Amino acid sequence: MKVGVIRFPGSNCDRDVYHALELAGGEPEYVWWKENDFLHMDAVVIPGGFSYGDYLRAGAIAAITPAIEGIKKLVAEEKPVLGICNGAQILSEVGLVPGVFTVNENPKFNCQWTQLKVKTNRTPFTRSFEKDQLIKMPVAHAEGRYYNPDLDLLQDQDQIVLKFHGENPNGSLEGITGVCDESGLVCAVMPHPERASESILGSSDGLNFFKGMINY
Amino acid sequence: MVLTESEEKYIKKELGREPNSLEYGMLDIMFSEHCSYKSSRPVLGLFPTEGEKIILGPGDDAGLVEITDELALAVGIESHNHPSAIEPYGGAGTGIGGILRDIISMGAMPIALLDSLRFGYLEDQKSRYLFEHVVKGISDYGNRVGIPTVGGEVEFDDNFQLNPLVNVMCAGLVAKKDIVRGIAPDVGDLFLLMGGRTGRDGIHGVTFASEELTTSSEIEDRPAVQIGDPFTKKMVLEASLEIMEQIPVSGVKDLGGGGLTCCISELAAKCDNGAQVDLGAIPLREEGMTPYEIMLSESQERMVFVIKPAQVEAVMEICDKYELPAAVIGEVTASGRMIVKDAEEIIADLPAHLLADPPVVERESREIEKNHGKIEVEHPPAEEALLKILSSQNIASKRWVYRQYDHEVQIRTIVKPGDDAAVLRVDEETAVALSVDCNSIHTKLDPYHGGAGSLAEALRNVVSMGATPICVVDCLNFGNPEKPEVFWQFSQCVQGMADLARKFNTPVISGNVSFYNETEGVTVNPSPVVGVVGVVEIPHIRTMEFKNEGDKIIVLGNTYPELDGSEYYREVHQLVHGDAPRIRMDEELKSAESILELLNSNLASAITAIHDSSAGGIGIALSEMALKSGIGAEVDLNKAPGTNTNEFETLLAESHGRYIITVTPDKVEEVLDKIKAPASVVGEVKGDKLVIKNLLDLDLDKLQRAYHGVIEEFMA
Repeated sequence: MKVGVIRFPGSNCDRDVYHALELAGGEPEYVWWKENDFLHMDAVVIPGGFSYGDYLRAGAIAAITPAIEGIKKLVAEEKPVLGICNGAQILSEVGLVPGVFTVNENPKFNCQWTQLKVKTNRTPFTRSFEKDQLIKMPVAHAEGRYYNPDLDLLQDQDQIVLKFHGENPNGSLEGITGVCDESGLVCAVMPHPERASESILGSSDGLNFFKGMINY
Repeated sequence: MVLTESEEKYIKKELGREPNSLEYGMLDIMFSEHCSYKSSRPVLGLFPTEGEKIILGPGDDAGLVEITDELALAVGIESHNHPSAIEPYGGAGTGIGGILRDIISMGAMPIALLDSLRFGYLEDQKSRYLFEHVVKGISDYGNRVGIPTVGGEVEFDDNFQLNPLVNVMCAGLVAKKDIVRGIAPDVGDLFLLMGGRTGRDGIHGVTFASEELTTSSEIEDRPAVQIGDPFTKKMVLEASLEIMEQIPVSGVKDLGGGGLTCCISELAAKCDNGAQVDLGAIPLREEGMTPYEIMLSESQERMVFVIKPAQVEAVMEICDKYELPAAVIGEVTASGRMIVKDAEEIIADLPAHLLADPPVVERESREIEKNHGKIEVEHPPAEEALLKILSSQNIASKRWVYRQYDHEVQIRTIVKPGDDAAVLRVDEETAVALSVDCNSIHTKLDPYHGGAGSLAEALRNVVSMGATPICVVDCLNFGNPEKPEVFWQFSQCVQGMADLARKFNTPVISGNVSFYNETEGVTVNPSPVVGVVGVVEIPHIRTMEFKNEGDKIIVLGNTYPELDGSEYYREVHQLVHGDAPRIRMDEELKSAESILELLNSNLASAITAIHDSSAGGIGIALSEMALKSGIGAEVDLNKAPGTNTNEFETLLAESHGRYIITVTPDKVEEVLDKIKAPASVVGEVKGDKLVIKNLLDLDLDKLQRAYHGVIEEFMA
């Protein structure tokens, strides 16, 4: 399965995601941000980093690049799209997932391992988990506090993917740190599955996100 | 201007005429202490710099050491003390930027940053300001560029209040066959400048770094501080690596201190060549810049590639892809002279060697007389002393700092911040351990033993991870070298480090000297910051936390009656006095070898945790092992190896050469038999309390409360 890894100027988890996709058995391929048509991909990942230096607002400039047009075409074809960290911020900025990721409650950059609860397994990325399964992945961001004025709708439509379990390190609404669109095919998560894809790094829970995507 | 009268005389004699004002400016920066190492060079010659694994020693942008058959590690260390004192956020950020460029210049991908920071105590408002913004500067810069900050150290003491120390170490990975150097070997090659545009910032940055600071520096010297742009740096990093991957360039060098003048003259002088620079070709950030400003600017995020004319198009294409300004600005000549042209007019014409190799200065050295008087103190109960040290700013958890750094990006970090050293995998089988350390109190009390001791601590930290130390980098922060006492401290310190580096066969492959760390008459404690690189097979990696109840605890290495210079004296008695702990090179080596031999033997699986004893002594070391695991211990320190010591000294003295290891109970005798150093079982891992016979009995909860939240009490 061909998976595009989008590279914006300032992406810095692109190589890590590429590595995790290979581990999961996929065929990753980099996609430069100037491309607007990559329908030959079976899925794409928008990796973390600081696209355009996070200048203005995280994800704001990446949201108006040609690559986003390309991603929208994939979404129309019902292919899976995963945004991680900065990628999640970009997906929410574009409006492909509901709600926003804004400045942390304590507005500092925060890098730490977290306990998470998988809230739905209807997405390609979480389908190998049990609902409410506890997993471990790290976060690393300054703008990751999730907010959505319409929490009820989110719950009713089963669009909450991940919640912090125990400590809520950024003050997210209800501890929500991963959401998806109505179809479940477009998914935005602040924690980094690629940093938790090998037990030597602290956990291999994250590998399931990529395996689930590849075997979809 | 910092040129001395005799230097001016020397220049006129070599040149046969008076330099013009541009030439004076160029010579002034190249003769600065920062660029020329004119005071330190003769002393630095004491360091061992060669070894079987050493590919490149000091002299280029970074040193290179072999870590596997295919891979080399480029390692460097930099200070950015003066800029950080004036403008902490930008100063710290550009410090990161500078060392990253040094690593990239070797063709290497930076994989790790470590910071060694020193400030005044946090009760002081100015110190909080500097601390907050230096850490934010490192965080914003390092995180954005995507290089993990995996380790470091922070010290607080009054003498750093006005003159903080900000040192950054960086390691980068490069295939041995892809190593690039900072040279311009072939006449006719072109200099291609790429990256950030040249602006008016950082002019005379190096000369300002070669003088003492004053209270007015914050206003007067701000223009000498460079402005960093991590986003452009990230583009420069990606583009540079792509260029070097695709095009066999002749040489690469970054523009740091001294700007274009330093970069081009050093490239040429290294190969006894000359250079011609065309001023009009340089992409500028602002209009109306004078030749003086252009040649001296220290604008950030710039690199120079030395390439063949036929390679220009391919390099430009890559720069275009990353939307980076780039231009051919000159060429390598056979003249041996550095010539700057403005249109057709020659506006500077100097021998490249005159710029790149200023004469050394013989500094006077005078021993500081020691005060040997003993001060009698009354020891408080051990419990009270230990809790006070554990909750001191110097020993307490630095989580507030390292959580602001992305320490996971690049998915190499096997052992995360908070242990003795960071451990990063480089391939399927191999990892490197990196540590950066300094004991400024020991060095103040005795520069020889303190210098060697700082290295010893870094070596122990690397050995504690199970890694074999292979090389050293150093950043030597001292006061004004024109003062004979300061120069004596410096020379003694280097001698101590050199002796121990030789003993361990760990050559010093790169380094930096920062003099003039004096502000308003206060000289910082001499601070030899030492980075050590170790190599470890992944299965040999060990961490400090207790693993299993029932494991036996062994103390390895002798304790001596050496409470002087300890954290105990500093934190409990506010006393910095007496003799530093002595470095006993044979014992230090024996302890380290014993640990590494155990891990390479059939007893390896019996060794469950390793931690060294350094600042705070065995008391703090045991506390940390318990705190990180949530498991307690019962210990009798009377059983620990020691010479003329009582239990209290064994708990808190900072004698070198000591480790604590835990061993599965079934293998204790075999392990003890194998250890060449003095060693004995002192207790076992057990329960949820730290109990040290006759001295203390503390719930882990109480230790946790002391150790965590200390920095956070002062910082948001």
